[in-house]
Amino acid sequence: MSVGITVRDEEQMIASILGGDSEQYHDLIRPYEHSVYRMALSFMKNESDAEDVAQEAFLNAFRNLAAFRGQAKFSTWLISITLNEARGRLRRQSLVRMESLDETPEQGGQVSPALLRDWREVPSEALERKEIREMLQAAIGGLAPIYREVVLLRDVEELSVEETATELAISAASVKTRLHRARIMLQKALAPQLKTANPKRRWFRW
Amino acid sequence: MVIECKHVWDHISGYLDDSLSPETREMVQRHLEHCEICSAILDSTRNILVLTADDRVFELPVGFSDRLHARLDREIAGASGDPGKDSSD
Repeated sequence: MSVGITVRDEEQMIASILGGDSEQYHDLIRPYEHSVYRMALSFMKNESDAEDVAQEAFLNAFRNLAAFRGQAKFSTWLISITLNEARGRLRRQSLVRMESLDETPEQGGQVSPALLRDWREVPSEALERKEIREMLQAAIGGLAPIYREVVLLRDVEELSVEETATELAISAASVKTRLHRARIMLQKALAPQLKTANPKRRWFRW
Repeated sequence: MVIECKHVWDHISGYLDDSLSPETREMVQRHLEHCEICSAILDSTRNILVLTADDRVFELPVGFSDRLHARLDREIAGASGDPGKDSSD
């Protein structure tokens, strides 16, 4: 899916902003508003905190733009700032129950999927329904942070295994293990619900 | 070689990412051909990942963009074209 007609030269935009054309920052970040908000919301779990975190992330990125060296993509750098902002906020709010420190996921037992005999594809039009969107949000939000992070970076933001590993400062092997467990957990939580929410022919009008 | 369902589950994520070794992939593939349960698990997992990656799952609140850019405007005005300068008037 191609978004624009012209290829954005973000490096050039960043150079101009640093050179004094600050207004260009508005255009630079426009394509990433959604990613940043989504990342924030899945951590904060309520819209107003998520919006706050997203705004702070964009402001921090602006203030620290000179530190962006182009070693990563700008989008990845932004995500990493958002991740830090969200984690910091949670820590300050003491909402984190130390899950990420207590857990040793790689040693955990096998995660079993929900057993089904058949699967009728849930079409993406189903996302027009609020209940389905909320179901998915709740399932992602319900994962322990270490699993939620890999799912968001790898499956939602579509970073590679290596980029995800760098972002989270863990090994590629850990990314794969956590991702596997996270995906199975999502299947287990969602498949039975989606199956009942997706009755035969409900989606088609004819 | 025959492989049990439980072992196939261990490879679902790798299968979806196409990161299994050719031998393992072949083994999983053969199992899937005759096991409707594992096929349904694989299909549902793939489907769920497609849905979770959809932009609509986490929608932007109404006015999000306007509020964000208004705040950025204030910040930019404060920085007055000199990033790093801590001017609060």
